[in-house]
Amino acid sequence: MAHSARQSQVHSPRLDSKVPSGLLQQKWDIYKNQVSLVSPANKRSHHILVVGSGLAGASAAATLAGLGYQVTCFCIQDSPRRAHSIAAQGGINAAKNYPNDGDTVWRLFYDTIKGGDYRSREANVYRLAEVSNNIIDQAVAQGVPFAREYGGVLSNRSFGGAQVSRTFYARGQTGQQLLLGAYQALSHQIAGGRVKMLPRREMVDLVVANDRACGLIARNLLTGELERYAGDAVLLCTGGYGNAYYLSTNAKNSNVTAAWRCHKRGAFFANPCYTQIHPTCIPVSGDYQSKLTLMSESLRNDGRVWVPNDPHDERAPEMIPEDARDYYLERRYPSFGNLVPRDVASRASKKECDEGRGVGETRLAVYLDFAHSIERLGEHTIRERYGNLFEMYQRITGDNPYQTPMRIYPAVHYTMGGLWVDYELQSTVPGLFVLGEANFSDHGANRLGASALMQGLADGYFVIPYTLGAYLAGHNQSDQVSETHDSFAAVEKEASDRIDRILHNDGDKSPTVFHRELGRLLWDHVGMSRHREGLESSLQAIETLEDEFWERICVPGSADRYNKNLEFAGRVADFLELGSLMARDALRREESCGGHFREEYQTPEGEAARDDEAYADVAAWEYQGRDPILHLEQLTFESVHPSKRSYK
Amino acid sequence: MVINLRVWRQEGPDSSGRLVDYTVNQASEHMSFLELLDVLNEQLLQSGDDPVEFDSDCREGICGSCGLMVAGIAHGPQKRTAVCQLHMRSFKDGDTITVEPFRARAFPIIRDLVVDRSAFDRIIAAHGYVSVTTGSAPDANAIPISKDLADDAMDYAACIGCGACVAACPNGSASLFTAAKISHLGLLPQGRVEASQRVMAMVDQMDVEGFGDCSNYAECEAVCPKGISIEGIARMRRSYMKGVLSE
Ligand SMILES: Cc1cc2nc3c(=O)[nH]c(=O)nc-3n(C[C@H](O)[C@H](O)[C@H](O)COP(=O)(O)OP(=O)(O)OC[C@H]3O[C@@H](n4cnc5c(N)ncnc54)[C@H](O)[C@@H]3O)c2cc1C
Ligand code: SF4
Ligand code: FES
Repeated sequence: MAHSARQSQVHSPRLDSKVPSGLLQQKWDIYKNQVSLVSPANKRSHHILVVGSGLAGASAAATLAGLGYQVTCFCIQDSPRRAHSIAAQGGINAAKNYPNDGDTVWRLFYDTIKGGDYRSREANVYRLAEVSNNIIDQAVAQGVPFAREYGGVLSNRSFGGAQVSRTFYARGQTGQQLLLGAYQALSHQIAGGRVKMLPRREMVDLVVANDRACGLIARNLLTGELERYAGDAVLLCTGGYGNAYYLSTNAKNSNVTAAWRCHKRGAFFANPCYTQIHPTCIPVSGDYQSKLTLMSESLRNDGRVWVPNDPHDERAPEMIPEDARDYYLERRYPSFGNLVPRDVASRASKKECDEGRGVGETRLAVYLDFAHSIERLGEHTIRERYGNLFEMYQRITGDNPYQTPMRIYPAVHYTMGGLWVDYELQSTVPGLFVLGEANFSDHGANRLGASALMQGLADGYFVIPYTLGAYLAGHNQSDQVSETHDSFAAVEKEASDRIDRILHNDGDKSPTVFHRELGRLLWDHVGMSRHREGLESSLQAIETLEDEFWERICVPGSADRYNKNLEFAGRVADFLELGSLMARDALRREESCGGHFREEYQTPEGEAARDDEAYADVAAWEYQGRDPILHLEQLTFESVHPSKRSYK
Repeated sequence: MVINLRVWRQEGPDSSGRLVDYTVNQASEHMSFLELLDVLNEQLLQSGDDPVEFDSDCREGICGSCGLMVAGIAHGPQKRTAVCQLHMRSFKDGDTITVEPFRARAFPIIRDLVVDRSAFDRIIAAHGYVSVTTGSAPDANAIPISKDLADDAMDYAACIGCGACVAACPNGSASLFTAAKISHLGLLPQGRVEASQRVMAMVDQMDVEGFGDCSNYAECEAVCPKGISIEGIARMRRSYMKGVLSE
């Protein structure tokens, strides 16, 4: 490592967060009052490239086009409606306080920053809480059919890490409905000719000229052609990198390629070791497994987690009497019980299974039991709340959760790390903005449930329309280069050489083989709990695997047609490079916080031991091959006092 | 278990295709159908052959990317299940299963099992939205909506845009898909304002795209993974006729 941890406790001059001065509650207003505006006529002359059509990308593209900008939007799938956001189940938070249970913007802010274990920027998180209510208004106006009470008002439920009910939901399909709302708004703009939508395109590199982002190279996934697109700004809305682990709850096409390519062109990558392992997923059943399926966290509202007291208890779960069960979350965390945050719940399951009390064939599972709720509320109510999740569970496992407890185990779900951005969502490459899960901004070391949808839509609908204007207003148009500029030709050539290298390698192993192996290394050593020795050995093993990839990768077919294996091979190559950075970052952070649990740093009761003296910072890595340069942004807390995160 | 597959292979949109036989010896009943195809593709790769191309993404029945004719049925034999959620426990050891793309005039084949469903996006762009720009929304609780109405709208909004309804229809009609969006928005007060423009524009776009008419076969409803009801089509027809008459 280039720097040792303690030596580098200085704020890097390259990381100006641009947080406005003033009271926390007033910063966003102050910013909006002072920001330069772009005149309507000028908006038309600006061309914005939006990469991704998930919640962040679709909301940004639709909103910017509505304001008058010319927008081109790209996505990998055959339709923007299929972005990974579609799969979000549980809900979206907002501080509406409709249930009158004491919620406020401050409380949503506080829960989010505490949930993130005090590793995020106060000002960003406050702004997120502040605009949360506008998102719900917007979605309802678009026709999003959120759940309602009999009186006709919107219904709320509670989610992990909060003691109020502030989560809005549409059955178990909240992401689908919010994304369709954004997609329809986008379609409206497409119909009006203000957005050019390019599906089945993969951004393979960023073009930087005159020290700013001026376009990108995309591969047309149908024809294989490399295409050049110039623009006044690039908005990266490409989602998270959870698929680095191979098995995760992310969609198969979720990838880090766009973000990683930008990283290699100068965008710093922040906190790559912060990954979220979700406690309630369907356990792995075999080697052929291609992905894992989440069972929404909302299930913990009515489901109780337990394991048998006796590891040798072989009875069917329904036959195990109450006094032979350990409801270990309720026992260990009496005030939050089954609703402790995800990282806490996941580690607790791992502990039970590591100590031999796991259930099911593989013994890597715990029970999530609805019998009590069904008794209390009736099967009808439970069906209303979770019917589609229960059906999905039954389809996959063959078991009926109305009759027998679900078996669940943690799985990789979300990545809090991502490209570093300032308050304006701009990366360290001027003109490159990063929105949604792809940035590192709001969730610190752990994300609370129902906050990712909120953040993606906050970034796209309500933040970027202002902050992009600030950049464009200060932007000298004569710096802008067109697609015929040498910088485009050079980047395109690199992209095509890379593709050739993969296709013409005389290897014998498929991309999936490498991806699985990388996933195994990361899960074992950079997963739910980490320690120095494991991290050091995995770092080495990942680098060796990367070398082997370039020697032995085998992809049949050609570059000039639809070729899924070729796409995947390119993504696996990037995941391999990212994997090393994840291990390196985890190694540097000699503390436990949020999703990052270092075994060396725990309290005597086995809880995470955070070290605010040494690590109240954001680690932002600058690309330099296998020897990246560490930059630190010190986090300062003016409005909240970082307390020990206790859910006891 | 051992599974024999007869898979449609087609180089490109203009080439002719054919069914090719394969055998997967290491299938398991816990596998999903797409995981079976993954295993087949690893096999093909090892022997230096081109893998079978098919679309998929979420693999949990919500994105609508996947879509195959399995044993002659759109999404396969299990009711209300997208093919990514179809598990091999629906089949027996030694079965021979034919796998083909979703076929329809408006869904040209791209390669193997991959088809072009962009016509659906153009139907939505025709007016499958509420014309509200960002920032102009009233408070979310300003308009009370009865729970029943919200639930009905949600039933239609659940459509995943997979295209199974089109593939199953003898006429290649997109009526169920289009009616789902028209009903979702038309049931809600927010969407009612533009209801008649919406239905006219979307129905006209279906014709432009080359989808056939609806003759009430109801094959669409039978294969729809989300159980979208054909009552939506009747509703769509009624509002379309009303629109025509008032023009
Ligand atoms: C199963 C599941 C359930 C979840 N449930 C919830 C929930 O209940 N509440 C909540 O708040 N959060 C939830 N989350 C998290 C949340 O869904 C995601 O964090 C969020 O949707 C990410 O949105 P996004 O817009 O940033 O990215 P995505 O939705 O991932 O979109 C990425 C887009 O970028 C495109 N793209 C990617 N790479 C490229 C490239 N190289 N070139 C071109 N295009 C590219 C893709 O095609 C896609 O359009 C859940 C996540 C999962 C996995
Ligand atoms: S109506 Fe059903 S079958 Fe048709 S596209 Fe929608 S979900 Fe698929
Ligand atoms: S892959 Fe998403 S619905 Fe089947």
